[in-house]
Amino acid sequence: MALSREQLAQRVSQELQDGFYVNLGIGIPTLVANYIPDGMEVMLQSENGLLGMGEFPTEETIDADLINAGKQTVTAVAGASFFSSAESFAMIRGGHVDLTVLGAFEVDVNGSIASWMIPGKLIKGMGGAMDLVAGADNIIVTMMHADKYGNSKLLPVCELPLTGYGCIKRVLTDLAFLEIKDGAFHLLERAPGVSVEEIVEKTAGKLVVPEHVPEMMF
Amino acid sequence: MAGLNKLVGSYDEALAGLSDNMTVMVGGFGLCGIPEGLIAQMVKMGPTGLTAISNNAGVDDFGLGLLLKSRQISTMIASYVGENATFEQQMLSGELNVILTPQGTLAEKIRAGGAGIPAFFTATGYGTPVAEGKETREIEGRHYVLEPALTADFALVRAWKADTMGNLVFRKTAANFNPMMATAGKITVVEAEHIVQPGELDPDHIHTPGIYVDRVIQGTFEKRIEQRTVKTAAN
Repeated sequence: MALSREQLAQRVSQELQDGFYVNLGIGIPTLVANYIPDGMEVMLQSENGLLGMGEFPTEETIDADLINAGKQTVTAVAGASFFSSAESFAMIRGGHVDLTVLGAFEVDVNGSIASWMIPGKLIKGMGGAMDLVAGADNIIVTMMHADKYGNSKLLPVCELPLTGYGCIKRVLTDLAFLEIKDGAFHLLERAPGVSVEEIVEKTAGKLVVPEHVPEMMF
Repeated sequence: MAGLNKLVGSYDEALAGLSDNMTVMVGGFGLCGIPEGLIAQMVKMGPTGLTAISNNAGVDDFGLGLLLKSRQISTMIASYVGENATFEQQMLSGELNVILTPQGTLAEKIRAGGAGIPAFFTATGYGTPVAEGKETREIEGRHYVLEPALTADFALVRAWKADTMGNLVFRKTAANFNPMMATAGKITVVEAEHIVQPGELDPDHIHTPGIYVDRVIQGTFEKRIEQRTVKTAAN
C-alpha cells in the first residue's frame, strides 16, 4: 500500500533527533509536527520570523500578530523567539537549521528539485523554498512517486523550472525512501506491501536497488 | 522647530511627496504586520505607475490588493503572490510586471540596501530561472548568484510601539520585513499601534533605532486574519 499523508509524516518524524531545529514546509511536512516522539525536544522554525512554533491557538488566545509561514494562526512555545525575515533567512542560508522538510513536483538523479512553477499554469511564487533548499544540508523531500497516470516524478533530469540545483540527498515518496548520490537514486526502504518491481517501474531516473530492501517500520 | 520629533498628525502629512512612478516598500507577511492606514492613504492619493516591494500582494479587498484593484501598481517585487485573484488577472494580461524573488533573497536585498551594500552573492536560486541574466561566481567550490540591493523612495512600516523620535519595537511575527524596510527608504514612514514619549522604551529593547525613521503616525488597525486556525477538541 502506498503511504498515506499521515504515514509520510510519521516516517519523516523518525529522522528527528533530540535538540534539532527543524523547518517544516507547507502541506504534508507540516503534519510531521504531530509525530514528534514523546520526550524529544525539537524547535520548529517558521521562516516568517518564529523559532519555537507551537500548536494552534484557542479562540481565546488567537493573535493576528502570531502566524506561521502558511499564514495560519499559531502559538509560541516556552523558549521561543521572534525576529525579522532577514534574521530568519540568515538562520536558513547560514546552515543553522538541522532538518528541512519540504514538498516537490519533481526531483532528479543529480539532486535537483522543482517545486514552485508549472509553465502555462498560474505562477504563485517560490516563497522561501529556494532559500531553504540552498541553505540546508539535511533536507528530506516528501512527494508522490508518480502522478495519477503512473508517470514518474523521480527523473533523469527535472523537466520543470528548478527550485534548486544539486541540493537534495533524501526523498520520501508514498512508495519508497531513497537517497540521491553518484547520479542515481538508491532505494533504502519500501512502503509496507509495495514491491520493488513497482518502485522500479515508477522511477524514471537511474535507480540502484540493493539485494535486500527492507519495508518501512511504523 | 520639530527637532527630532517625527510625529505627524495626519495621513496626508505622513505620505506627503508620494507621486507617480515611485518605488514603495510595504512591510508585512501576508496580512500580518501591514501598515493598513498608509496603504489606504496611497489609494486615496492615487499615484500610479508605482513599483511595490512587498513579500506578498495582499488579498483582493485588503492590504496591497487594494492598490492592485485601483491599478496603481505597475511593477511588483514579491516572493509569493498566490492569494490574490486581481493580481493573477493583471499578471496574466501583462498589465502588471512581476519580479518574483526568493523570500530570503528579498529580505537580504532590502537589508543590504539599507546598510549601504550594493549587492551580494547568495547560493539561493543558482541554476534556476531566478539566476538568468545575473552574474554568477564559484567561491570555494560552490556556485553563487550576484543579487543587487533594493532601496525605495518610500518605506511604509508598521510597528507595535514607536516613540516620537522614531525608535521602534515590533510585536511577534508582525515584525517580518518591517525592520529591514525601515532602513531602506529615502523616506521611512511608520504607522504604530502605540505612540510613547522618548525614554519610555527601554533602549535595550528597541528593535529599530530612530535614525532610520522620518515620520511616525498613530494608526488604528483591523488586523485581519488570513488563515484562522484554532485548536479543536480532537487535536
